[in-house]
Amino acid sequence: MRLLNRSAGRLSRHRRGPIAGLVVLLLGLLLTGGLYAAFSPAQADTAAEQEELVKEGRELFLVGCAFCHGQNGEGVLTQGGSQYGPALTDVGAAAVDFQVGTGRMPMAQPGAQAPRKEVVYNERETAALAAYVATLGTGPAIPDEELYSTEGMEEDELNELVSRGGQIFLANCTACHNFEGSGGAMPRGGYAPKIRGVDAKHIYEAMLTGPQSMDTFSDGNIPPEDKKAVIAYLEMLDEQPGYAGFSFGGLGPVSEGIIAWLVGLGVPVAFAVWIAAHTTRSSKKKDEAQA
Amino acid sequence: MTDVHDPHSSGTDLVPAEPIADPGLPEHQWRPTDVDDAAEKRAERQVAGFFALSAICTVLFLVAYFVLDIGDNWTTFAGFGASTMALGTTLGLALLFIGVGIIHWARKLMADKEIVEMRHPARSSDEDREGTLKALSDGLAESGIGRRPLIRNSMIGSVALLGLPAVVLLRDLGPLPGDKLESTIWARGGEQITVDGAQVTVPKMRISRDAIGTPILASDLEIGDLVNAQPEVLFNPERYYVEPEEVEGINLQVHKSKTSLILLRMEPGDIKPGRAADGSSRENWTVNGIVAYSKICTHVGCPISLNERTTHHLLCPCHQSTFDLADSGRVVFGPAGRPLPQLPLEVDDEGYLVAQSDFDEPVGPSYWERDYYDRW
Repeated sequence: MRLLNRSAGRLSRHRRGPIAGLVVLLLGLLLTGGLYAAFSPAQADTAAEQEELVKEGRELFLVGCAFCHGQNGEGVLTQGGSQYGPALTDVGAAAVDFQVGTGRMPMAQPGAQAPRKEVVYNERETAALAAYVATLGTGPAIPDEELYSTEGMEEDELNELVSRGGQIFLANCTACHNFEGSGGAMPRGGYAPKIRGVDAKHIYEAMLTGPQSMDTFSDGNIPPEDKKAVIAYLEMLDEQPGYAGFSFGGLGPVSEGIIAWLVGLGVPVAFAVWIAAHTTRSSKKKDEAQA
Repeated sequence: MTDVHDPHSSGTDLVPAEPIADPGLPEHQWRPTDVDDAAEKRAERQVAGFFALSAICTVLFLVAYFVLDIGDNWTTFAGFGASTMALGTTLGLALLFIGVGIIHWARKLMADKEIVEMRHPARSSDEDREGTLKALSDGLAESGIGRRPLIRNSMIGSVALLGLPAVVLLRDLGPLPGDKLESTIWARGGEQITVDGAQVTVPKMRISRDAIGTPILASDLEIGDLVNAQPEVLFNPERYYVEPEEVEGINLQVHKSKTSLILLRMEPGDIKPGRAADGSSRENWTVNGIVAYSKICTHVGCPISLNERTTHHLLCPCHQSTFDLADSGRVVFGPAGRPLPQLPLEVDDEGYLVAQSDFDEPVGPSYWERDYYDRW
């Protein structure tokens, strides 16, 4: 302590000295440079990393995607002139993150619907593909978590968001995805998938990019805050208990009717048949037994 | 039996009466409960056991009814409403156990012997037939309907007239539409009105996002966007000199049932403009590939917004009518009788999408008095 005081005292004696300003200036420059050195190389690293990622994505793309989407993502037409694989020049990273991150791409076979299935690429590979496709043109980037995460919100604020989200959901989403997000049929063998239990990020990306036949709900159409409201509403639906018991997919009277006819009537009929077919008979005679 | 067939009476003696001797019924086999006292006692206890289980379920039902909360503070169990689950399960089991008990009783303990019951001819006996016919003709003769044409004719007339109420009541299937569907509140934009003695032009009706309520800039939309839209007056009546009560409550629902709009931005080259009611082209009805159509199906009036971005086909979920929104709303499939009405669009000085005018034809389902014009 004494040593410190002594040196500080010695330093302060020079504070009005002729070179004091120069020293302070040098110190300031050193500090700025040091800080810059501490943070800026990190950026330089990410830029290099990004370049690496794009390169990696390009390689993956050529192996896994180029057959349908073309070697430079320009799209492939069939001989008949219809779309075989659409162009990916302006779909953006968000579309790739959604399609690959939910296992829709790569498709198992061409068809009306790209069903959700087991994810083929790991997180790093998905990020690489997204980074590569983002370089092909314009398009939405992968959304930041704060755009769709409802975590840490006040309860009142969240309730307000949920009720607003419900209104928006009913006006824009229920037509295809059903009033509780269970999905529904679309023309020519397609269907709007179930959107319950889907990652908030993927719901956000789906609205942003309009996968497959879905319309897009760009930020100019439904503002980001309202997209978050829709996600909050869907999360609330997921948390809500089934007050009336099993929902049977929430598809309304059709699924409920099928269950009522097949299970509600079928099981009693099968039970009745089973009763009628099973009787134990004895080989004994009544007289013998009584004798 | 009166009609037992006797083969010997017809002279076909060569055919033996019964080629194979009638083996008769097999010897009756008793059930264990018939021959074993212990088994009988056990079955008796089982039946009583089922009835007791039913009683327990009934008591559980009553307990569940009073114990489990519903309303604002539901008791939940494994992600389900506990009350609904418990009431359904216990009442169902209570009824099932009574049924199972009765069946068990019948099959184990009630009488068990085969009974032969011969078939009877379906035809009534001759006496019964004659008796019925006689009663009928006696009744007719006694009523004197043949002798009293005045009574007969007046009765036929009054009964025939009873058909009329059934026909007249058909009118109550709904009020006649009149001209209610021919104009919507979209027409409010651009109207000349008098406010406090001064002539005012109402601004052109902006198009707002449904549920969100904000007006839409033409530059906001990207190709592939679909917006469910409403006229801005429903959210901001003052701007259009409309009383707020005019767009509240039931009035709001009435307006929405006619004004609901599907806004779509597609590649401008995809659009094939048709003709308007006055024969002019619809070329300038769109803005940069943005088209607007009524959301109300022309079949029976369901709201439709199941759109396929890739084909711009709009599908009605009620009866699968499908409309091509790139081709003046042409019906490409289903029972709808006419294309979707299109709303002509333009942009106001601030860049917001506005309606040029009202729809140029009635929205919603077809009706008798409605005119039709060809757009192609």
